[in-house]
Amino acid sequence: MDAASYPIALEQVTRRFDSGLVALQAASLTIAPGEFVSILGPSGCGKSTVLRLLAGLDQPSAGRVMTPAQSAGDAATAFVFQDATLMPWASVFDNVWLPLRLRGIGRKTAAPAIEAMLATVGLADFSQALPAELSGGMRMRTSIARALVTRPQLLLLDEPFAALDEITRTRLGADLLHWWGQRRLSVVFVTHSVYEAAFLSQRVLVMSARPGRIVQQISIDEPLPRDPAFRLTPAYQAICRELSLALEQAS
Amino acid sequence: MKRVLLPTLTMLLLLACWELGVRWAQIPAYTLPAPSVVAQTLWLQLPSLTLSWWFTLKVTLSALALACAGGVAIAAAFALLPALEVALLPVAVILQVTPVVAIAPLILIYIDSTTAALLLCAWIVAFFPILSNTLLGLRAADPNLRDLFRLYRATPWQRLRWLLTPTALPYFLGGLQISAGLSLIGAVTAEMVAGAAGRETGLASRILEASFRTETPKMFAALTLLVLTGVLLFVGCNALSRGLLGRWHPSSRT
Ligand SMILES: Nc1ncnc2c1ncn2[C@@H]1O[C@H](COP(=O)(O)OP(=O)(O)OP(=O)(O)O)[C@@H](O)[C@H]1O
Ligand SMILES: [Mg+2]
Repeated sequence: MDAASYPIALEQVTRRFDSGLVALQAASLTIAPGEFVSILGPSGCGKSTVLRLLAGLDQPSAGRVMTPAQSAGDAATAFVFQDATLMPWASVFDNVWLPLRLRGIGRKTAAPAIEAMLATVGLADFSQALPAELSGGMRMRTSIARALVTRPQLLLLDEPFAALDEITRTRLGADLLHWWGQRRLSVVFVTHSVYEAAFLSQRVLVMSARPGRIVQQISIDEPLPRDPAFRLTPAYQAICRELSLALEQAS
Repeated sequence: MKRVLLPTLTMLLLLACWELGVRWAQIPAYTLPAPSVVAQTLWLQLPSLTLSWWFTLKVTLSALALACAGGVAIAAAFALLPALEVALLPVAVILQVTPVVAIAPLILIYIDSTTAALLLCAWIVAFFPILSNTLLGLRAADPNLRDLFRLYRATPWQRLRWLLTPTALPYFLGGLQISAGLSLIGAVTAEMVAGAAGRETGLASRILEASFRTETPKMFAALTLLVLTGVLLFVGCNALSRGLLGRWHPSSRT
């Protein structure tokens, strides 16, 4: 079945924590199948909460969450955290194997898929390396490989490149777009950076500070995948300006 | 190379100072024997001392093995059932804070077999560091990794096998390092309290006997064996840690 069959949405979702803090207040959003959406918002506005709800790692206090995990079963959703979150005792290969292993797939059976995935993210030569022996960018590539190896319908990324340097960040962003183009999965990409959001996404959701709501949606019509030269165009700069303004109003 | 050479030189230097000091001040052997006299005594008494050493080692290692089994099992139970921890932790703490010398006489009264009593005393001192460290380790898993296991619907067994156990391993090994020393201390202390009695006796009994007869060189000889045992345990635990943690843990990288 293809991604088109599964709805991804929050409908009037409120998330109130036990402490009484309301992280989300009647927030609604829909992700079209195969769409690349960024969520932009000030710190603490509930971006991570939205992702955790979409992943099924958290339950709403009110409202409805629709995810592929509910309709298509396990491994339909993948999550990439801000730090690579690898198992430090396991090799790159074993880290990428993890989601398959948890579904009962043995090393031999999983190996072709893992090796192909490592080749895709450019880590074919490092399959036996330990996370501590990798650079930050390579660790993040491993983390993305682990997320993609199950062929998920929905990929959730929570500020994945925030800890990386500028050059690595732009390169990984471009690569991410490339991998997304190959598979046509839905991507929700949380970021602090208007530039990152403007370059990567088809649509940007801007969230307001607490209690979090989606206050603005900005579509970016430029076709994907985008050339790095897109960053130099007036269109890109106009989008960045628009996003900065929206972000400022939301804070 | 430096890591072996420097400590060896230090030890040799200390022994030389001791030897020369004793000779120069003409201290009698029953007050402070020179290292050469200790070594000689050790050599002459080796057959009987080896038997006692073997007994002490047996008690120490058995207590350590039981402390590992008990500490890990209790930690796992606590981690699975938090209510159990609330209920039983005070007992564990009471066992931990009571000086073993103080309860050893009671244990010796209640338990007929001296060997079993010594084992219990050594176990009581040794199990707590393993329990508390392992418990800490079982809870130290990265919250994001926990979420990842949840996202992929890992079974409790998969989580234990591939997340909790590797996370807890360095903590457990830290506890083991402490417990190894403590089980030796526990075994010796309890035997000191038990006094030299029975057919099978350990190094503590040799030390007690020798002290009754003011055979100071023999006391030192037995003490030397105890120190060597402690050092061997320490080195053994270190080697085990390095072997098990391999390249991944920061503690074993240099
Ligand atoms: N488990 C929790 N219990 C109580 N409050 C929480 C919990 N998780 C998050 N919060 C609160 O909810 C609010 C939103 O948190 P969230 O992590 O979603 O923000 P964020 O937009 O991802 O922030 P950042 O950009 O800094 O990562 C914050 O004020 C946070 O303190
Ligand atoms: Mg966040």
